[in-house]
Amino acid sequence: MSGTRLSLAKGLNAGLRRAMDKDPKVVLMGQDVGKLGGVFRITEGLQKDFGDHRVMDTPLAESGIVGSAIGLALRGYRPVVEIQFDGFVYPAFDQIVSQVAKMHARSLGHLKLPMVIRIPCGGGIGAVEHHSESNEAYFAHTAGLRVVTCSNAADGYWMIQQAIESDDPVIFFEPKRRYHERGETGIDEEGAPELGLYDARVVREGTDATLLCYGPMVKTCRQAAEAAAEEGRNLEVIDLRTLSPLDLPTIMESVKKTRRAVIVHEAQTFVGLGAEIAARIQEECFYHLEAPVLRVGGYNIPYPPSRFEEEFLPTLDRVLDAVDRSLAH
Amino acid sequence: MSDNEVAGHARSRMEGAFQPSPEMGPTPPSQIYGHFSDENPEMVQFVDADGNRLETNETNAPYAKIVEEMTSEDARIIYRDLVLVRRIDAEGFALQRQGELGLWPSLFGQEAAQVGAGRALREQDYAFPGYREHGVAWCRGVPPENLLGMFRGVNHGGWDSNENNFHLYTIVIGNQMLHATGYAMGIAADGDMGTGDPDRDAAVMAFTGDGGTSQGDFNEALVFAAVANAPCVFFVQNNQWAISEPNEKQFIIPPYQRARGFGFPGVLVDGNDPLATYAVAKDALDKARSGQGPTLIEAYTYRMGAHTTSDDPSKYRSSAEVEIWKEKDPIKRMRGFMTERGHADEEFFDAIDAEADEIAARVRKACQEMPDPELPTMFDQQYTEHHPLVEAEREEFLAYHAGFAEEGDQA
Repeated sequence: MSGTRLSLAKGLNAGLRRAMDKDPKVVLMGQDVGKLGGVFRITEGLQKDFGDHRVMDTPLAESGIVGSAIGLALRGYRPVVEIQFDGFVYPAFDQIVSQVAKMHARSLGHLKLPMVIRIPCGGGIGAVEHHSESNEAYFAHTAGLRVVTCSNAADGYWMIQQAIESDDPVIFFEPKRRYHERGETGIDEEGAPELGLYDARVVREGTDATLLCYGPMVKTCRQAAEAAAEEGRNLEVIDLRTLSPLDLPTIMESVKKTRRAVIVHEAQTFVGLGAEIAARIQEECFYHLEAPVLRVGGYNIPYPPSRFEEEFLPTLDRVLDAVDRSLAH
Repeated sequence: MSDNEVAGHARSRMEGAFQPSPEMGPTPPSQIYGHFSDENPEMVQFVDADGNRLETNETNAPYAKIVEEMTSEDARIIYRDLVLVRRIDAEGFALQRQGELGLWPSLFGQEAAQVGAGRALREQDYAFPGYREHGVAWCRGVPPENLLGMFRGVNHGGWDSNENNFHLYTIVIGNQMLHATGYAMGIAADGDMGTGDPDRDAAVMAFTGDGGTSQGDFNEALVFAAVANAPCVFFVQNNQWAISEPNEKQFIIPPYQRARGFGFPGVLVDGNDPLATYAVAKDALDKARSGQGPTLIEAYTYRMGAHTTSDDPSKYRSSAEVEIWKEKDPIKRMRGFMTERGHADEEFFDAIDAEADEIAARVRKACQEMPDPELPTMFDQQYTEHHPLVEAEREEFLAYHAGFAEEGDQA
């Protein structure tokens, strides 16, 4: 993809701007999203250009933010809510799982909630507690929601627009430790994004094993594949991008080809998304597999103090170790 | 007033008033709210328990004009509403007892609060109910049959909220208060507030009970509405019992007094006085529509029956308390008022009773004839757009059931 090189943060900002330009019903809301531009500056400059009725600083109450966004959506708006940090979403959890996820179904289709809940996610930035969690499994487990995550500037730019255009509610995870990594975005192009919002991407083609990853782990897995290539191992890397629904055809096609799968995510492995993916692969690819499906993730402890996080989070070496174990079969 | 003084104030109120027998357990809420007798200087009332029109006083004076402008026809409309919603509610209760509904949350006793609020709403206003607001639904023109589906288990609500501007029932206590606030913020953002055009300016009314006032969402809704100056009226039906928990387990100061702490007015109204609830609700809605911001209304009333058909109020409250509230019955009160004022005659009252029976029969028939949903529809309308997992499971489900059909055909 060609075009201006931007950071993921700037890509998201440009995507939000374009969505707001296109549709006056798109409104942003959250704590500090106005003059400050959000704690990660994702909404920087938008209040200045669109006014405080389109970019609303709200009281510091997550349930209030999501609950009032539901009301705005019922009135015909398309709210894009910012939760400051992953670990702060829990006060809004009730509104998300009890109301956001169910409104369309319980109205038998009469009501739509076209809202996006943006959550900066994951660790690796040396933050204090509640600032580094990967809680995507809670939301992927909740029927009625759609859950996606971007890993690079281009996806940040396009996927946020696609999420806003969706008539279903979308939980949108943004890997905060990748916010400042630059990449080509294609924002100068008039054309449509390469992929649909619910499509996985084959980041790197390979033949020996498949690395399945998303969000912050895409870069780690790409680096692992490059390192493995130096040792003569040819790894395929898939950026899932959509966590609910999963793009199962892309996953299965790859695993049937490579016959080995390693799932990598920051979240704890117990009942994590990797467990679901491993089960699905086992159901659909049983006779194709040469090795058990393996998972690399956070340990099954609460996210530790930041001095431990380099050990807690999957590293390139831990990913390669799992690949070794898979190939040993 | 310090916190200790507030607490002491509440405790001092609990002395005297109604004294329960020791075996009755928790202190009845009539003690914490003992000062809210008919003579309470802060409670807006226009009609006493016998239907006598009360003199204008300092508390009801701001609303007196609204009541004075009400016509005989207005009174007859309200009386009809009261009787019909009580009858619809009774039918819901009976249908549950006969196994036609899985559950029914009765509004018995709260008719005046709901009808007063419901009739104060204009067509363009929007109501966000909890799950007991059958009277508000009636005033909004929602067919009572629509309310039965979720209690019969055939859907989770299912009606189109935008047909009557009456949102779906909300079961999780307090969630809807924020939806109402957000909707009201949308009204303000649309510019449909404070224009002076009575057909355009709109407001929202959010309903919950005394238990709901303890929820975070309730309090966050008040914060958001205050800060946004949203045209939202919060209508708390204090029926004094959150299932088995009395007012004293919910708050130390009454909810209407709490509003001031959020930055807008709170009004206590006799929730069994339909003229008072109508006048107070109309005043608050007029203010909201004109851009003067939110109001919290506490309608002090009583839930005459159980919380729902699943609980047994005899386990937690005294029959003596219920007897006291029978004397404050809103229909008896309204009928007394209308008779004394000559707003209606026996023929009118009899006609309303007959209409109530007809509607009850209609509701019963609709309930009994309500079809079970067709099985594949379980998977429908879960998402607005293509969702491969749900679609795959739907196909699996159909194939699974088709297998049974083939076996049956062979047999």
